[in-house]
Amino acid sequence: MALLDVNGLKVYFHTRNGVVKAVDDVSLSVDAGKTLAIVGESGSGKSVLCYSLLDLLPKPPARIEGGVALFDGQDLLTCSKQQMRGYRGNDIAVIFQDPMTCLNPFLTIGEQLIEPLIYHRDARYGRQQARRRAIELLDEVGIAGAEARFDAYPHEFSGGMRQRVMIAMAMINEPRLLICDEPTTALDVTIQAQILRLIKNLQHTHNVAVIFISHDLGVVAGLADQILVMCAGKAMETGDAEQVFYRPESGYTKKLLAAIPEGAKSATGHARPEVPLLKIEHLKTWFGGHSAKDTIKAVDGVSFEIRQGEILGLVGESGSGKSTLGRSILRLAPVTAGQVSYAGTELTALSARQLVPWRRKMQMIFQDPYASLNPRMTVFETLAEPLLYHELADRRSVAQQVEKLMDEVGLARAYVRKYPHEFSGGQRQRIAIGRAIATKPQFIVADEPASALDVTIQAQILELILDLVDRHDLTMLFISHDLSVVRHISDRVMVMYQGKILEQNDTEPLWAEPKHSYTRQLLEAIPLADPRLERARIAAASQ
Amino acid sequence: MSTALATAEKGSSLWADAWIKLSRNHLALFGLAVVLTLCLVSLLTPWIAPYGYEQQNLMLGASPPSAEHWLGTDVFGRDMLTRIMYGGRVSLLVGFIATAVALLIGVLWGAVAGFVGGRVDTVMMRMVDILYALPFMIFIVLLMVVFGRNIFLLFFAIGAVEWLTMARIVRGQVMSLRRQEFVEAAHSLGLSQWAIIRRHIIPNTLGPVIVYTTLTIPSVMLLEAFLSFLGLGIQPPQSSWGLLINYGVETMEEYPWLLIFPGIALSLTLFALNFLGDGLRDALDPRASKD
Repeated sequence: MALLDVNGLKVYFHTRNGVVKAVDDVSLSVDAGKTLAIVGESGSGKSVLCYSLLDLLPKPPARIEGGVALFDGQDLLTCSKQQMRGYRGNDIAVIFQDPMTCLNPFLTIGEQLIEPLIYHRDARYGRQQARRRAIELLDEVGIAGAEARFDAYPHEFSGGMRQRVMIAMAMINEPRLLICDEPTTALDVTIQAQILRLIKNLQHTHNVAVIFISHDLGVVAGLADQILVMCAGKAMETGDAEQVFYRPESGYTKKLLAAIPEGAKSATGHARPEVPLLKIEHLKTWFGGHSAKDTIKAVDGVSFEIRQGEILGLVGESGSGKSTLGRSILRLAPVTAGQVSYAGTELTALSARQLVPWRRKMQMIFQDPYASLNPRMTVFETLAEPLLYHELADRRSVAQQVEKLMDEVGLARAYVRKYPHEFSGGQRQRIAIGRAIATKPQFIVADEPASALDVTIQAQILELILDLVDRHDLTMLFISHDLSVVRHISDRVMVMYQGKILEQNDTEPLWAEPKHSYTRQLLEAIPLADPRLERARIAAASQ
Repeated sequence: MSTALATAEKGSSLWADAWIKLSRNHLALFGLAVVLTLCLVSLLTPWIAPYGYEQQNLMLGASPPSAEHWLGTDVFGRDMLTRIMYGGRVSLLVGFIATAVALLIGVLWGAVAGFVGGRVDTVMMRMVDILYALPFMIFIVLLMVVFGRNIFLLFFAIGAVEWLTMARIVRGQVMSLRRQEFVEAAHSLGLSQWAIIRRHIIPNTLGPVIVYTTLTIPSVMLLEAFLSFLGLGIQPPQSSWGLLINYGVETMEEYPWLLIFPGIALSLTLFALNFLGDGLRDALDPRASKD
């Protein structure tokens, strides 16, 4: 018998605007020691499904309308609050997405770790025993110097280390089912690979069943035994990993698989002359610090060229300085030293006022479409502002121009009066792209323009960007932490690490023959959306 | 041009949309109507008041409401309705002008300090701290002594005290807004600092500013009463709601109407302003639901 058997689960949200069927008649089962991956885009109900099992949903508005969830033969949906408390933490543990917000910043991680030991299981453990057990576990999840780190506070750990602590916390009571809610989404790709391997190892040694929630099919390929694909509250497809990847039945799964950025950029055909448009020399951007010790060298002496008409990919992990580099080129971040010349003009020497005509030619697309639009301006105002400010349109012709922009980025004209909050993430990013191309720029810095979006939307936005670059003969610096995306879109790639550029080359040669060991490490960490290859690779890596 | 866009263009600014939303909010409209009525009555008082504000009838003494004197008379036999109407002129004027002064200085000061940041911010905010630390009574007494007693100086003095909190609220808001990507996007469009403050920063600080403004107006009115009571503000026979309430409190047990009616006038204004303020805050936030 399966450890967890959910049948016909229905969770509805009763809101003022009607009933939202967050989970609509979904069934699943997980065996001990096996992994079920639940894959779906945001709003598909995958998290709601798991939280409803642990009674973690706010009720109302949520209501469980039907179904059974048998855990070891006991129905989780009808058990008493007291029984539920017993299950939570003891038998079923959860790892959340964001390791930053899930730890109490005022308590040492040791204190937080032993909490469940002391308060659960009828306090079988004394304080000293609990401490010993916690240190053992910290050691097991790969925290170096566990004994000393026991008394450290969460802010003293990096993101990946915090996620390890979270995993230790989840494992401390030897749960039989571990629910991981996008545990690696907030992490860098190399750290993600480590965490995935850790979860897999723990699963083997402790024989626990895992439900792994993710929006990324690539991540679950090597991990999952079974996959459940969800969309809009409904189960689209269930099956073992190989079947879902190699012989998908539902159209939605096929769409998801097709949206995964894969392979090289399709050749655009026309060869371009290698004329440099931007020349960056010994650029340094340092932040803060009266003394050398607290100076952060975000960008530390980089030199490169961006050629006319190319998309130059810039990859690196968080904190590598790639965003700061993009902003420094546009003079949105203060330049400490070095030169940026644009078509022969030295930009770093210009005053803010002198820079204004150049601003028109260089634009930026930001990562977070929720923060990059003024919430109090309609689409019309947002798009009209650059046109009017740079006198590319007058009061009479501006409406027409805005319409044209909206057509160009694929937004319905009828939306012109709406405010940003009325749009989805993908649509917002289209507005932001429209604003960036409004001034007819030659050069655009795109800072992770698709990272905050679902994979199918991401594919659409990338396609839009490629199309616009081609149509308007744009030059682009494309910043991303996602190597597959960069490979898919860029002509050349630079790898950045700790403020320095380690390597740059044309995209395919770089993939084929990475010269720097860090590049190799990055490339190896990319999860492949192919179960057999991915498993073979993990097996090879762990040897 | 398509018709959809033609109609869109007309109402697609924050303020036009806000007005449409406000006009659907009955409570806010009621507030607006009350405030406007009070302003209108104050404006027309010299012509519509039933008696002169100095006109005494000592024979009458403090008489309860009657057909001749709807709201009764005070201890000198002066008509209360007339005195409340004249008092309203002073109170509303103080309330609105002093608040406007506070609003103007406070929002600009806070926005500039928060937006420019760095050393400018430090200097500007230390000035605010110093003014905070100064006992404001001494400040006002000094002003009165140096410049003589003058009702406009009173407005200025009160405004000069009230803007401090406003500046701090706005600065905090601006500090967080400044780091937002849409402000960076405006920078990259080449907008001038002033255009960014005006178009992107200030509209996004409106929510707390409006709420604080509606709270400031009544507190300014009470401050004026306090100052007048100390002999630093309005002097009898001129009057204000605050003063009337102060005198009313003294004779509360014998002549309750001397307290009740000015009290009602002040509370009515306060309620109306609060409703209006809440309505405005919602109307100016596109994210607030439209219904």
